Amino acid sequence: MSEKDQVLIALVSCGSEYAGVQKELESAASTLNAKLVYPEMDVASLDTIGMEFGLEVASPDLKLMMARAKAVVEGVAKVDGVFVTSCFRCAEAAIVRNEIRRYIFQNSGLPVISYSFTERTTAATLLTRLEALTTIARRKHLLAREHQVGITAGIDSGSTTTKAVVMKDDEIIGEGWVPTIKVLESADTALQQALDQAGLKREDLQAIGTTGYGRFLIGEHFNADLVQEEITVNSKGAVYLAGKQQGSATVIDIGGMDNKAISVQDGIPGMFTMGGICAGASGRFLEMTSKRLGVEITELGDLAVRGMEKNVEMNSYCIVFGIQSLVNSLAKGSIPEDVAAAACHSVVEQIFEQQLQEVEVKEPLILVGGSSLIAGVPKALGDLLKVDVLVPPHSQLIGAVGAALLSSGFVKG
Amino acid sequence: MAKVIIYPTNSLILSDMVERFGHEPLAMMEKIREKITTVGVDSPPLNITPEGPKHGLKYAAVEVPAGVRGRMSIIGPLIDIAEAAIIVGDASISFGCMGCARTNELTKFLIREKDIPVLEIQYPHTEEEGKAFVYNIAEFLKALPTGGDDE
Repeated sequence: MSEKDQVLIALVSCGSEYAGVQKELESAASTLNAKLVYPEMDVASLDTIGMEFGLEVASPDLKLMMARAKAVVEGVAKVDGVFVTSCFRCAEAAIVRNEIRRYIFQNSGLPVISYSFTERTTAATLLTRLEALTTIARRKHLLAREHQVGITAGIDSGSTTTKAVVMKDDEIIGEGWVPTIKVLESADTALQQALDQAGLKREDLQAIGTTGYGRFLIGEHFNADLVQEEITVNSKGAVYLAGKQQGSATVIDIGGMDNKAISVQDGIPGMFTMGGICAGASGRFLEMTSKRLGVEITELGDLAVRGMEKNVEMNSYCIVFGIQSLVNSLAKGSIPEDVAAAACHSVVEQIFEQQLQEVEVKEPLILVGGSSLIAGVPKALGDLLKVDVLVPPHSQLIGAVGAALLSSGFVKG
Repeated sequence: MAKVIIYPTNSLILSDMVERFGHEPLAMMEKIREKITTVGVDSPPLNITPEGPKHGLKYAAVEVPAGVRGRMSIIGPLIDIAEAAIIVGDASISFGCMGCARTNELTKFLIREKDIPVLEIQYPHTEEEGKAFVYNIAEFLKALPTGGDDE
């Protein structure tokens, strides 16, 4: 499929049009040269689909979702990817949404993502998710790339920090990491840091890839060869750095603003979730905790490893109520070690409850993003899931490394 | 003539029966028609904009899913003006399908809450039941006041 071809995305929904978000869905899709299609099915199948699917629900529109999913799997509807969506807060739809995603993923090999919308869902919120879906459909050849060649740079303009790497023939030869203040200036500084460390100049670079929240702006600024959302880039970067490019893996990326849980097969993302409605317990939560404890964020991990999260009463991982619990615990005499441990536990608990329920966890479990360097976080995740958590070297640079790796597909000669 | 809300509110058969007996059916199709023929509203395919769920707040609180409130922004006003109601229980999809079960539960509840004549009847499965079904609906409609046209 050529890059310019339109990607067909099956919209499997119980009535997104009734929530007033249809225009936003259409708008996000058209930005990506994608088209939403509604898989056709036989109306009579609605009478039996519940029994057939094994999930008997009350809402006819949820039966319609199941019938459409079946049409996709059976190839009645020819599509390149599937977007499964239903109302946030609907328990019945949440069950169906999850099972449909699993069913399509296991039986079709098509990329599939799901999302629960509110009436405030905007095209911007949907863009990264749909972009990942269309990329997987459109650029499988690029995502299959296992080695970096030539001299390339990757810049990850994240919500909190901007990271850059310069790579040469499969090795990182320069890196930069600065707080994101002004997006363009921070990107310039990070790239310059990486170039200086590598002893190279801008003109030595054969290709540049950008990712992260600021990817479009800095992509234009650097005239990047690759401008790519972080789900595909980070999952590729994670399995590359962990040396797990073949087979299945699960990537968890704890970012400053949101968390991502991605199920990866041979370096290509399958199911994924991206910090849904609220990005409460992410990197920001740990930042606030370290500030309250009067320690640097880099010291929080060691503090947490020495503490016991059970000694602190915490009944929410919401960034507001969670911090309130921590403050109350300190007021009652809890020691900073225990509070730090509780904060790390809270972050992974949120990932477990909000995201991993929707993504199949297959080992190796690769933890990336700045928060992975806070020792308490991988420990808490390992304790919770009872698996060994792999934090690859340079895990904080994951997006930049992924972008540098993928952009080397554009190196000429 | 009475304004009769029907459930399923998109049932063409029920809508037609109500009309045949000289009453005004309050049906979803009419409201959708208004939306798609009103100039200036442009959200496809049903023209529910993010305003819909806000209007729906009158009938379902903010913690109710957006799609339920969006649907209620159409159905709710119909219930408000209804003078009588026919609710068909357990109807087949071809008779008229209301897609969201949560909306259906709320719709039926709000109809029952109103102080209006309500006929609740089960969807027929045999010919005999079918005849009784039509007869009962006809008797209900005949008993409703006619000539009190307020339009």
